[in-house]
Amino acid sequence: MATVIDNADLLLIGLRVTVVLAAIVIVCGSALGLLGGIGLLYGSWPVRWLLRVYVDVIRGTPLLVLIFLAFYGLPALGIAIDGFWAATLALGLFAGAHISEIVRGAIAAVPGGQSDAGRALGLTFWPRLRYVILPQAGPAILPPWVNTATEVVKGTSLVALVSVSDLLFSAQKVLERTGEAMPIYLAAAAIYVVLNLTISRLGARLERRASFATAV
Amino acid sequence: MVRIEDLHKRYGELHVLKGIDLDVAPGEVVCIVGPSGSGKTTLLRCVNFLETYQAGRIFVAGALVGFQERNGKLVPARERDIARLRAETAMVFQQFNLFPHMTALRNVTFGPIKVRGVAPTVADARGRELLARVGLAEKAETYPAQLSGGQQQRVAIARALAMEPKVMLFDEVTSALDPELVGEVLAVMRGLAASAGVTMMVVTHEMRFARDVADRVVFMDQGVIVEQGSPAEVLDQPRSERLRAFLSRFREG
Repeated sequence: MATVIDNADLLLIGLRVTVVLAAIVIVCGSALGLLGGIGLLYGSWPVRWLLRVYVDVIRGTPLLVLIFLAFYGLPALGIAIDGFWAATLALGLFAGAHISEIVRGAIAAVPGGQSDAGRALGLTFWPRLRYVILPQAGPAILPPWVNTATEVVKGTSLVALVSVSDLLFSAQKVLERTGEAMPIYLAAAAIYVVLNLTISRLGARLERRASFATAV
Repeated sequence: MVRIEDLHKRYGELHVLKGIDLDVAPGEVVCIVGPSGSGKTTLLRCVNFLETYQAGRIFVAGALVGFQERNGKLVPARERDIARLRAETAMVFQQFNLFPHMTALRNVTFGPIKVRGVAPTVADARGRELLARVGLAEKAETYPAQLSGGQQQRVAIARALAMEPKVMLFDEVTSALDPELVGEVLAVMRGLAASAGVTMMVVTHEMRFARDVADRVVFMDQGVIVEQGSPAEVLDQPRSERLRAFLSRFREG
């Protein structure tokens, strides 16, 4: 415990990187996923086809391979990218693919009559989506979205392998200095758990707000 | 008000509407009856372009539905124009299709506010009037899931009325209701039909309702209009064998 407290400053620097990385990825991945899900359902056939390839390829690839591809692969192609942004790109594409599929499924589950009713009132596509379809898809999106967000937080620990000084990377630095593996890794694990519990809580609150009366 | 000329509709190989001609005058109540699969629901859904069509023309208040005419050829209309035209019609569905995430009042005011740009306070007052008209004044703040099927359908009628449509389309609106709830919905529709100036196209299996309320009854079978005329002519003196066979199945009920 003393080891952890003595090195708290280093761990906090790592934590900051982890939180910033996860936040950027979750926000951008959600935006990408929302558009991706809409495109998978309503896009013209080339759009649907491209998105389907994107979603299936990314979801079928291990996250670490994606990170290595971004970190080692892109520079090999002459694209300069540092570790942090390579990690952001890889994690963002990962989150976007998963959330695309979540959004697609949730929208598809809204009964077709709802779209008919929106059309019959004279709503064009985007308002219909915004006011009629998405509010009904929302409650179905949130639980798997929380799941993906926690996968992202856990996934950020992989970026230590491409020398991004995140929480796990900092923990390893402390370990090198002190040699006390158990307290250091336990502290790191506890911090990840707290981060993910925070996201779950946030998700549950959003879920309550998004839900509407469905039965007497 | 509605003018349908030689309308053809196909789903792939299936020829669902085979040349429909029908004129509906302003204020007229037309009931469309026929066996299931006769194309009557499809016809109704073509009028507000929820379904496209392959040949013929439909006009609502003089405007061509779903297409533009260019050099004698029909080309698809822009989404915005289709939406504007749909706002001039209103549809009540078999499955109600109320928006479950909105209160009864919000269901009624949503269209006027978002599509017509009516001020929310004005739309609210009007919405409450309409809910009162369908007998649901006290249910304004209730969500659809807490309403019975009959109440939901009456809210759906209020939602349609709120758009002040030129024509109202009713698609088997009592077919999904428990028998004891049918009456309350038909009563609201009788009231509407009796008030001047409401043009209605009603696809229905309720022969009593058609007899009492319709200015004209249209009998469809296998994608064509077989007979049409006053309720007395069509329902009491059927000329074709197909209509006689259809009506005989109702007599017993």
